[in-house]
Amino acid sequence: MDPPLVLTVLGLSLFGVAMIYSAGVLNEPSPVTQDIWQKQLAWLVLALMVFPLISRVSLRWLEWAALPAFVGALFLLVATLIIGTGAGTAESSKSWIALGGFRFQPAEAAKIATILVMARLLSLRKEAPQSLRDLLAPAAVVALPMGLVMLQPDLGSNMAFLGILFAMLYWSGTPLSLLILLASPGLGLILSYDTRVWSLYIVILALSLYFYRYRLYLVESVAVMLANLAAGTVALPLWNSLAQYQRNRILVFLDPGTDPLGAGWNIIQSKVAIGSGGLWGKGFTLGSQKRLAFLPEQHTDFIFSVVGEELGFLGVGLVLLALSFVLLRLVRLAAGAADPFAGLVIFGIFGAWMAHVFVNIGMTVGLVPITGIPLPFLSYGGSFLLMSWVALGIAVRVSREPPG
Amino acid sequence: MNLDHPLIRAQRARGAVIVMVFLMGVLGIAFFRAQVLRAGDWRLQSDTNRLRALALPAPRGTLFDRNGAVLADNVPGYAVALLPSHRDTIRSRLERLAPHLGLTPARIQRLMEQQRAYPRQPLTVKMNASLQEVSVLEERRNEFPGLELQMRPQRRYLGGEAMAHVLGTLGEITSQELENPEFSGYQPGWIVGKDGIERQYERLLQGRRGYRLVEVDALGRIVGPFEGPAGEIPAEPGEDIHLSIDLELQQWIHRIFPEGMTGAVVALNVEDGGILALYSAPVFDPNDFVGGIALDRWQALNSDPDRPLFNRATLGLYPPGSTWKLAVAAIALELGVVHPTETMPIPCTGGMQYGTRYSRCWRPEGHGYLDLAGAIRHSCNVYFYQLGLRVGLQRLLEEGTAIGFNQRCGVDLPVEAQGFFPSNVGFWETAFGYRPMEGEVLSMAIGQGPISQTPLKMAQFYLALARDGSAPPPRLRQTDRPTTEGWRLDLSPEALEALRDGLRGVLLPGGTAHLSSLEHWDLMGKTGTVQNPPNPAHAWFAGSAGPRGEEPEIVVVAIVEFGESGSAVAAPLVAKTADFYLRRKYGIPTDTIQTLGEHYRTGRPAPWAARMWTEGGNP
Repeated sequence: MDPPLVLTVLGLSLFGVAMIYSAGVLNEPSPVTQDIWQKQLAWLVLALMVFPLISRVSLRWLEWAALPAFVGALFLLVATLIIGTGAGTAESSKSWIALGGFRFQPAEAAKIATILVMARLLSLRKEAPQSLRDLLAPAAVVALPMGLVMLQPDLGSNMAFLGILFAMLYWSGTPLSLLILLASPGLGLILSYDTRVWSLYIVILALSLYFYRYRLYLVESVAVMLANLAAGTVALPLWNSLAQYQRNRILVFLDPGTDPLGAGWNIIQSKVAIGSGGLWGKGFTLGSQKRLAFLPEQHTDFIFSVVGEELGFLGVGLVLLALSFVLLRLVRLAAGAADPFAGLVIFGIFGAWMAHVFVNIGMTVGLVPITGIPLPFLSYGGSFLLMSWVALGIAVRVSREPPG
Repeated sequence: MNLDHPLIRAQRARGAVIVMVFLMGVLGIAFFRAQVLRAGDWRLQSDTNRLRALALPAPRGTLFDRNGAVLADNVPGYAVALLPSHRDTIRSRLERLAPHLGLTPARIQRLMEQQRAYPRQPLTVKMNASLQEVSVLEERRNEFPGLELQMRPQRRYLGGEAMAHVLGTLGEITSQELENPEFSGYQPGWIVGKDGIERQYERLLQGRRGYRLVEVDALGRIVGPFEGPAGEIPAEPGEDIHLSIDLELQQWIHRIFPEGMTGAVVALNVEDGGILALYSAPVFDPNDFVGGIALDRWQALNSDPDRPLFNRATLGLYPPGSTWKLAVAAIALELGVVHPTETMPIPCTGGMQYGTRYSRCWRPEGHGYLDLAGAIRHSCNVYFYQLGLRVGLQRLLEEGTAIGFNQRCGVDLPVEAQGFFPSNVGFWETAFGYRPMEGEVLSMAIGQGPISQTPLKMAQFYLALARDGSAPPPRLRQTDRPTTEGWRLDLSPEALEALRDGLRGVLLPGGTAHLSSLEHWDLMGKTGTVQNPPNPAHAWFAGSAGPRGEEPEIVVVAIVEFGESGSAVAAPLVAKTADFYLRRKYGIPTDTIQTLGEHYRTGRPAPWAARMWTEGGNP
C-alpha cells in the first residue's frame, strides 16, 4: 500500500464528486445534471470496494491474465462497433456498451489490458529495444485497440493509448532517438499543413538519419523516410476523411473565432469561464458561466473549467499539485519496483494518466484541441472512475512485489 | 546492460519526472496567464456573454385611404418560439407541438433546417399564433418545456378582399430575398411585404427594430432585465402611408363587379392622376397570408384557373379593341392630318375595299358619311380605316411609342406589365418574317393586330383626354410633391373637344352605351368588345365623368373578361363606379339604382333621358 498516493487519489475523487455536484447547480436546473453527483458517489463507493480486491490479486495471475484480458478487450471493442451506442456529447459515435441499465466504455478496460500485455511483452526482453524493428511488436499491440477505438470514433482515448505506448517504451529503455523516429511520421502528418514547413522538416529528418546512419539499419532509415513521406502525402485524404466535427475541432483550436457559435463555442466559453474565475474564483457553486449554462459538458470533459471558474487560480493550482503528486508517486513506485513487469505496468498507468491530465486540462484552456477525454477521478463517468481505481489498485499491488 | 538496475531505473524516473513537471508547468503557466494576467479581459467577456439584445419588432406602418380610413393596421399577435436545445430535443418538441399549431411534416423539416443554421437562437415555430392556440399552450405550459410565447404586432387588413391586389401580402423573408441588396440589413425570420404596397414601400413600412438588453443564460432564457445605461432602444414603428385609394369606392366596385366574372376596374382622379380604385377580380383575402398561409389555402389559390393572385389591372394585357380608336384619333389630330369636322371621302357602306382586301365595319348597313365625333360615337371602322391610312403605319407606330403604349405607366407597385405595341415596322419582320404592307394600318387603327394594353395604361390614356391632354403617371401613394410629368397629347382645345364630343355621343340616345347614362353626371366613354374566339369576347369600357356641363373628375376603365358586350357589361360597371364616387363627393345620397338601364328595369322615371333626346340625341 502507498497511503499518501491512495489518500490523495481518494481526496481527488471526493473533490470530483463535489465539483460534479456544483456542475449541476444551474439557474435553470437540468434533470440530467442535477443529481448525477449521487451516481458518481455510488460509483466511488463501488470503486472503493473493488480497490482492496484488486490490490490483493497475485502479480503472476495478472501476468497470466494479461493476454486473455487483451483478447477479451479487443473482442469488446469489436462488439462496441457493432452494438455500441453513443451517449451525451458523443451521441454520434459508438463508444458505449449498454447492459441492462448499465453502460460502460470498453476502451477504458482496453487501456488496462493493453498496459498489462505491453508490460508482459516488454518484460520478456532481456535487452532494451535497440532498433525500430524491436519496436514493431509493441507498436502493433497498441495499434490494434487504437485502430478499433479510432473507428468508433474516439480521438480522446487514442491520446491515452499513445501515452501508454511511448511511456512504456521509454521505461523499457528504448533510446530517445528511436522514440523520436517512431513519432516522426505523426509529426510529419501534423507539419504537412504547410508545404514549406514540411519540406524543411523532411530535410532535417533526412540529415538526422544520415548522421545516425551507423546506429540504424538501412532498412529502418528508408522505412522512417517512407513513413514520413507517406504521412505528408496522406495528410490531405486523411483530413478529408475526418468527420466534420473533428475537423472543426482542429480548426477552432487554431482559431476559436472562426466559428464562435458552433465548434468554437466550447473552447471560447471554457476560456471565458476559467479566465473570469481570476485568482480567487467566484466561489463554490457560484460560477456564473456555469450557472447560466454557457459552459458545455461542465460535468464531464469540462469539469476543470468549473474548477477554474469557481475556485480560481488557487484551486487550479492545488488540483494541479495533487495530480502532479499522484503522477510523481507513480514514477516513484515504478522506479522502486524491482520486478520489470511491475515497473512497466505502473509506468504504463503513469503514461495513460499523464495523457489524460495534460490533454483534458490543456483543452479547457485552449492549449490542445478538444478531443473528448475525461479527467481522471474528477470527470463524471462511472466506468471511467472504476477503471481508474482498478488501475490504481494494480499499481499499488504490483509495487509491493519483491523482485522475481 | 541490466535494465532493472536500480540506478538506471532512477535515471529513467528522473527523465519522466522532468517531462511530467514540464507538462504540468505548462498547464500552470497557461492558467496563470488566463486567470491572473488576463483575468480582467475574460471577466469583461463573461459579462457581455450574459447580456443579450432582445429584438423588439417594430409595428408596420399603418395604411390609410384618401379619406383617412384604415386599410391595414396591426393588432397584438403572438409568436411561438422554442428555446435553443439539442437537435433531437427540438425535433421531439416540434412534433409534440404539431397538433396544437397545425405544423405539417414539411414545415417541421424547414424549421429543423433553420435550427441547423442558427442553433443558438430561439426558433420561431409559428409567427402569428391565434389567441386560442396561445392560451391552450399557456395552460399546459409544463407539458411543453422550452416554449416561449412572445407578443408581437400582427398585420390586419381592414380593407379585406377588395384591397387585396393593391396592398399585397406579407410573408417571411426568403433566402433569395436575403441575398437581394434591396433587403440589406434584413435577417432571417423577418416578415416582409411580398407584393403590392407592402412590397413597394417595404423599407418605409418595416420600421426599425428596437432592442432590449437582458441577462440570459446560454440557452437564451431570460434571467432578468439588464439594469444599466442604454438598456433599451425602443422600436421605431414603420412610417404610415396614405394612399389615394378610396376604400369605399373600392368596396363598391367589389360589390357591383359581375358575380363570378373575372376582370379589372381602374379609377383615376382627374385632378392629379391619383388612383382612386384599382380592382382585379377574382379577389383573395390577404388576411389569410398573415402568419404564413395554410398550405391547402395556398394550393387552392395557386391552382384556381381564375388566378385570383394575378392583378389584372396592372398585369393583365388585353387587346384594347374599339377603346383604341381614340388613340388613333388623338394621333391624327396631333399630326394635323384630319380636321374634326371634315368627313372621310369614302362613306361607310358596311365595309371598305383596300387593295385586294375588303375590310368590314361592325354594322353591315353602314354608317354613311361621318365626321370624327360621329365616327367615335358610332365606332365606325370605315372612318378609322381611312384615318389610319392618312396617319400611315410608320407614323402611327412612332406616335404610339411616344405616348408610351409600349412602356409601363410607372405606377408605384413592384410589378407592372409593359404594354405591347410595335415600336417600328421591323417588328413584323422579326415576328412574322415579312415587311408590313401599308394595309396593316387598317387593323391597327381599330385596335386589332399586335396591340395589348393593361387596364391601367388605358386609364392613363383616357386620363389625358379628361385633362388637357397631359397624363401624369398614376400613383397610389399620396405625396405633397407635385405630380411628375408623364406624357402629353399635343392637342388644341378644339381637337380635344371634338374627341370628347364623340365620347359623349356614346352615352346619348342611339349611342352604344346610352343605357349607362347617369342622372346627375355627364358620362362619356368608349365601349370595346374584343373578339376572343373560341371564347366569348372581352368587354371594355373606358370613360370619364363629372358634373353636368363641367370638366370630368374621374376616369374609369373596366374590362370584364369574356363579358361579351362592352356596352351591356363593362359600361354599366364604369357608370356605377363613377356615380358612386361623384355622389359621395357632392353629398348626394348613394343609390343602387344608378344607370338609365336600371331605372328602366325597375320602372323608375328617368327624366334626364328625355332631356337627352331633345338636347343632343340624333339616332
